[in-house]
Amino acid sequence: MTDSNRLKTIATQVRRDILRQVYNVQSGHPGGSLGLADYLTALYFHLMKHNPSNFTMEARNEDVFILSNGHVSPVFYSVLARSGYFPVSELSTFRLLNSRLQGHPATHEGLPGVRVATGSLGQGLSVACGMALAKKLNQDDNTVFVVTGDGELQEGQIWEAVMYAAHNKLDNMIVAVDFNGQQIDGSTLDIMGFDEIGSKFASFGWEVMYMDGNNMDEILATIPQARAKQGNGKPVVIVMKTEMGMGVDFMMGTHAWHGKAPNAEQFEKAMAQLPETELGDF
Amino acid sequence: MKKFEVTAQKDTRSGFGAGLLEAAQSNENIVGLCADLTGSLMMDGFQKAFPHRFFQVGIAEANMMGLAAGLATAGKIPFTGTFANFSTGRVYDQIRQSIAYSDKNVKICASHAGLTLGEDGATHQILEDLGLMKMLPGMVVINPCDYNQTKAATLAIANHHGPVYLRFGRPKWPVFTPDNQQFEIGKALMLNEGSDVSIFATGHLVWKAIQAGEMLAEKGISAEIINIHTIKPLDAEAVLNSARKTRCVVTAEEHQINGGLGDSIAQLLVRNMPLPVEMVAVMDSFGESGKPEELLTKYHLDAPDVVAAAERAIARKS
Repeated sequence: MTDSNRLKTIATQVRRDILRQVYNVQSGHPGGSLGLADYLTALYFHLMKHNPSNFTMEARNEDVFILSNGHVSPVFYSVLARSGYFPVSELSTFRLLNSRLQGHPATHEGLPGVRVATGSLGQGLSVACGMALAKKLNQDDNTVFVVTGDGELQEGQIWEAVMYAAHNKLDNMIVAVDFNGQQIDGSTLDIMGFDEIGSKFASFGWEVMYMDGNNMDEILATIPQARAKQGNGKPVVIVMKTEMGMGVDFMMGTHAWHGKAPNAEQFEKAMAQLPETELGDF
Repeated sequence: MKKFEVTAQKDTRSGFGAGLLEAAQSNENIVGLCADLTGSLMMDGFQKAFPHRFFQVGIAEANMMGLAAGLATAGKIPFTGTFANFSTGRVYDQIRQSIAYSDKNVKICASHAGLTLGEDGATHQILEDLGLMKMLPGMVVINPCDYNQTKAATLAIANHHGPVYLRFGRPKWPVFTPDNQQFEIGKALMLNEGSDVSIFATGHLVWKAIQAGEMLAEKGISAEIINIHTIKPLDAEAVLNSARKTRCVVTAEEHQINGGLGDSIAQLLVRNMPLPVEMVAVMDSFGESGKPEELLTKYHLDAPDVVAAAERAIARKS
């Protein structure tokens, strides 16, 4: 099986995990999670150098991933578990009392793979900049990967970090903006959006790239190009077009599934669109 | 009443600057971040000695707290520096989520706290910071009383793993604690043993409590004076032991009456040993421009106010 096909199979299983987690507890954020399944699968199963069996907070000599839009925790937990940070069976505890899989990712319960609590939007990029600084201090030339939401760009702290990263030449950071155009109350353009995200980052001095975040082959081609820019003195942003709800037809093209769990009938209908894989459900 | 010799007049922020430089000399993991106030925070010594470990973040305090969280994640020991106002209220959610809840080893170092900031006025005179910070689970909150103690506290927090809020101030202030003292986080310091009233003071007001103790002694009142340099964790044993003996309590702080040291001590006493408590604090108001001593007088945070509070507390004893 080619890398791309293997990763597509894993992404399908990740989507099944997302729906099952959210359905089990009738709570969580399936829409954005489904949209990010391909990119996070590509990162955790192919692109990132990381060490799931020996997780360290410090992440010396390995790549780092920071999920700034922490509400898409179901996709994050799925790729962490499936890549070996913790048992896949633990996905069944998502959002339950006494679980390490908190509603939004947190370090407090000691879940391997999570390095900072996120979900209060706008904060993850700053933390990632701090990790990128530390890597430079430690002469560690690995990469800090970040995902932020597009609605999240409405937070002022994002632009503090964008300015800082450019001024301080944090070229060991690749930020993917999850450009799905949706947020809780509707379309980002209606609420407080701008249609050209890339030019904003470019004007701050970032290297801007574009990618279809739901096209595995494009992801696999783009990230090595982004990495190749490391050392050029500019942080890299990838305006990553995704479809909220990707993989489940009735969850796509709307913000309705941002933070809503499917009922039994909807769950069956959704799962029927995502074929079982040899990896098996949790 | 024990005599305290004033050896110098120095600002507590300079104690922080000296402590940071010294701590950094023996620990290469220490890094400094400052939001465009390097000179005000007295971080320039550190900046000159360790330019590659100093990060100028510009006027962007929220980002500074996130950067610090990220550096701490990677094993560094970040000391952030800005005014107390911008170290707490402005960035409360960043501290809560990215630092406190995420268990990050960040030292939030905050100058120009309280009324003694002076002429800049209420926009910059935060009087709510101790309360904000002590409410965060796991946060250590320290408010040392003079230059020497601030330097010692800075050295101590470098060796403490976990988030810390270190509060200090702008004005030159009497130095009366020993040079090169050991600072034990969470350990209250007995300054004067007494029998009639316990005065628990923190920060700049420790000196006012000492002055008040001398005035009370002239009136034949024996005041026990204890320096609570660590608001959290509170030295409950020291507080209760003293209160058990004197049966009435005064608290003194450069902070709002709501949320500060007085609240912490009152809560402890209510739960263990209900006794009269009088609080010397700012009474639910904002400050204003003026000279530090003028402001302490106007807002009733001066030595005579501590004396009056002690007399009220004693009168309430059953």
